[in-house]
Amino acid sequence: MNESEKTRRKTRWFMLGAFVVAGAAFALIAATSMSKNLVYYWTPVDLYRAGNKAYGATIRLGGMVTPGSIKKLGGTAVEFDVHDATQHVHVKTSSVPPQMFRANIGVVVEGTMLRDGYFQSSRLMVSHNNEYKAPAKGHPVDQKTLRKMMESTEGIKD
Amino acid sequence: MLPILGRILILGSLGAAVAGAVLGFVAGRTLSLDGLKWARRCAWLYAALIVLAGVVMEVALLKHDFSVSYVAQVGSREVPTWVTVVSLWSSLEGSILFWGVILGIYIAVATYLTRGRYPEYQPDAIGVWLSTAAFFSFLIAAPANPFHTMPNPPLDGNGPNALLQNHVLMAIHPPFLYLGYVGMTIPFGFACAALLKGRLGHAVLKPLRESLMLPWIFQSIAIMLGGWWAYEVLGWGGYWAWDPVENASLLPWLTATAALHSIMVVERRGILKGWTVTLVQATFLLVILGTFMTRSGVFNSVHSFTQSAIGPTILVFLAAALLFSIALLAFRIDKLETEGRLEGTASREAMFLVNNLLFVLLTFTVLIGTVFPLIVEAMKGKQMSVGRPYFDSMVVPIGAALLFLLGVGPALPWGRATSDQTRKALLPPLIGAALFTLAGFALGVRSGWSLVTLAFGGYAAQVTIDQMFLPMMQRVKRGESAATAFVDGQLRRGRRRFGSYIVHGAVVVVIIAIAVSSSMRQTAERTFTKGQTHRVAGYDITLLGVDEREEPHRLSTIAHFTIVKNGKHIATLEPRMSQYPAMRDPIGSPDVYSTPIRDLYLSVANVDPVAQTATITIYIAPMVFWIWIGVIIMGIGGLIALVIPSVSEAPGRAVAAEHEIETVRPPPRPFAPARGDK
Repeated sequence: MNESEKTRRKTRWFMLGAFVVAGAAFALIAATSMSKNLVYYWTPVDLYRAGNKAYGATIRLGGMVTPGSIKKLGGTAVEFDVHDATQHVHVKTSSVPPQMFRANIGVVVEGTMLRDGYFQSSRLMVSHNNEYKAPAKGHPVDQKTLRKMMESTEGIKD
Repeated sequence: MLPILGRILILGSLGAAVAGAVLGFVAGRTLSLDGLKWARRCAWLYAALIVLAGVVMEVALLKHDFSVSYVAQVGSREVPTWVTVVSLWSSLEGSILFWGVILGIYIAVATYLTRGRYPEYQPDAIGVWLSTAAFFSFLIAAPANPFHTMPNPPLDGNGPNALLQNHVLMAIHPPFLYLGYVGMTIPFGFACAALLKGRLGHAVLKPLRESLMLPWIFQSIAIMLGGWWAYEVLGWGGYWAWDPVENASLLPWLTATAALHSIMVVERRGILKGWTVTLVQATFLLVILGTFMTRSGVFNSVHSFTQSAIGPTILVFLAAALLFSIALLAFRIDKLETEGRLEGTASREAMFLVNNLLFVLLTFTVLIGTVFPLIVEAMKGKQMSVGRPYFDSMVVPIGAALLFLLGVGPALPWGRATSDQTRKALLPPLIGAALFTLAGFALGVRSGWSLVTLAFGGYAAQVTIDQMFLPMMQRVKRGESAATAFVDGQLRRGRRRFGSYIVHGAVVVVIIAIAVSSSMRQTAERTFTKGQTHRVAGYDITLLGVDEREEPHRLSTIAHFTIVKNGKHIATLEPRMSQYPAMRDPIGSPDVYSTPIRDLYLSVANVDPVAQTATITIYIAPMVFWIWIGVIIMGIGGLIALVIPSVSEAPGRAVAAEHEIETVRPPPRPFAPARGDK
């Protein structure tokens, strides 16, 4: 009786220990996996501010399409500049631009910064927000509007 | 007139809910039968008033009474009638009202069905239900009031969000989701009542299980419909993106599924009582968290169509419910005495335990990935999200382990089994595993995880079919005819068991379909001019032309494609771009040719009616069809298990009778002596 009681306690402690170890291992795996797969929502200014961190990170870059910068490459590829009030980022994308893609429209591109100095994107989304209006000519693009736009733009899928 | 009527009804429902909640809790303490009677009357009054308020709103919508603020917001004379009807849940205020209506129906039905049967638990359960009801009536009365009077009613409105008008699935997905979400309030009430009483007796397990099962069925179907809607409307060729709103619908489903399993262990062995009520409470809390996430605008998502300031209010309610649950658990959980004990590691109940741990792990994985960006944003003001690879890499292995258990668990007997029995139970289904894997490989499946899924799925399929027809087979062996054995063994006595295994079988189908369709999906992008043909994966796709079609509520640019395979015309697909007056930019609608074998999915990226050109994205994925069908079969299986056989039988006997054949040991000993018997 006493013996078996002891064994049971031992088993119980053993199981508790196993749970703690398993839980910690799981937490570690989850944290590592998550930190590797974070997606940052940045404007061009944020991207420059992030410096080296921008290379290889998954970024959703939101900004305005600079007039006169759109160039069609072979196939479906397009390149253009995305800007906010102070910074420009050169973007190359392989995805088909959606119907309403044009100069001076708010876009969100998902991809990463390459060391060659341009942003390689695989997805291009145009803002779907009803309330969002492109700023009048000559007015600076403000960060707040861009953030709002990124929030309201359809999630980039896949 | 209607706005005032609506407001009066809502205030009345608030009063009834508050009064009934107080009466319920008081009756729970004093055991006053009069108090309970009045609490029940309050519950019915609440239900009647809130349902009437919903009817008033529908009338206002259909009459285009723009003096009601909500109608002015989402109504329009231009949209079809079905859109007007479903506008009730197309925007925040209406959807909270809809929530209240569903809660009213649930509370009325639950109160009616349990009247006079569970005098011990009913008062507190009513107290908890009506407290929740009072909170939602308060939301409708104040911060999310749809019944404001418009001082200058407009002549016409914008209509609901265009994405909602775009597909009829949007008319049926939200009701199912609400029936699932809101219904979780009922088992929460029973769980809290059990804790308040410090007793989870055998009698209350039946209403607890049934009230959890019904919303679980709705929730399963709702999740599938949401995915199907995304697939048919959003045009990216997939159905699940680990979007926060999708996760919000999945989280309570996971804990509810775990709870449905652990209740069985409570029934059979008298253990895991505290664990079970914890899971039921967690389910309700996740429902409220999900409501907060989807109804407060904290997340940017394709599925969330409302943004509002009611977020903080819901958060306060969530905090209160969380504190209440934790306090109840802390003070009462040790009173739910255990009657038996876990007997062995290779038993069915041990597998149930592992199953539960995995479901909880899965819940945590999804929960962390969903709320982490919120926490970062709240603390550092930085925007980010957790990318899809996190979810995929975490969920796939846990999901595979669950599928493995779905095979091994039901194969093992309850209680302690000899190693010989274990071997006999576990070895034969390896045939099924081998068959499925080989078949998959022969048909071109090469991805490692998909092959693992097929192996586990094959194993589980064989076990499921064996177990499903076990009662019938035993009767046939005893000399009954197949037909009477089927009716008696499957439909009358063993209905719950039969239904459960139908659910299991359907889960196997769904998981295999998900694994195969996502690992074997092909994508291509092609630009067409009129008359041009591209061959993609054996399909000859020809653009016949592009035209424009004007409807009252939208202008569509439609690309007409004809699909030919092996020289045979098989389909005409018409993906389109639609321009809605309320939206600045057009919305694309894909078109799908769906067969049980594979889907061909065309989505417009760019279409020009003047030049008669179209650029489309083409997705080809096998077995997608089976995801939708599988979940519907899950729902049917759930219903079969839920509807209790009409023959028989006093409560308690049902369980024993149903499982007569598989019990290795006698039912749990009420007070297990310490195991010193050697």
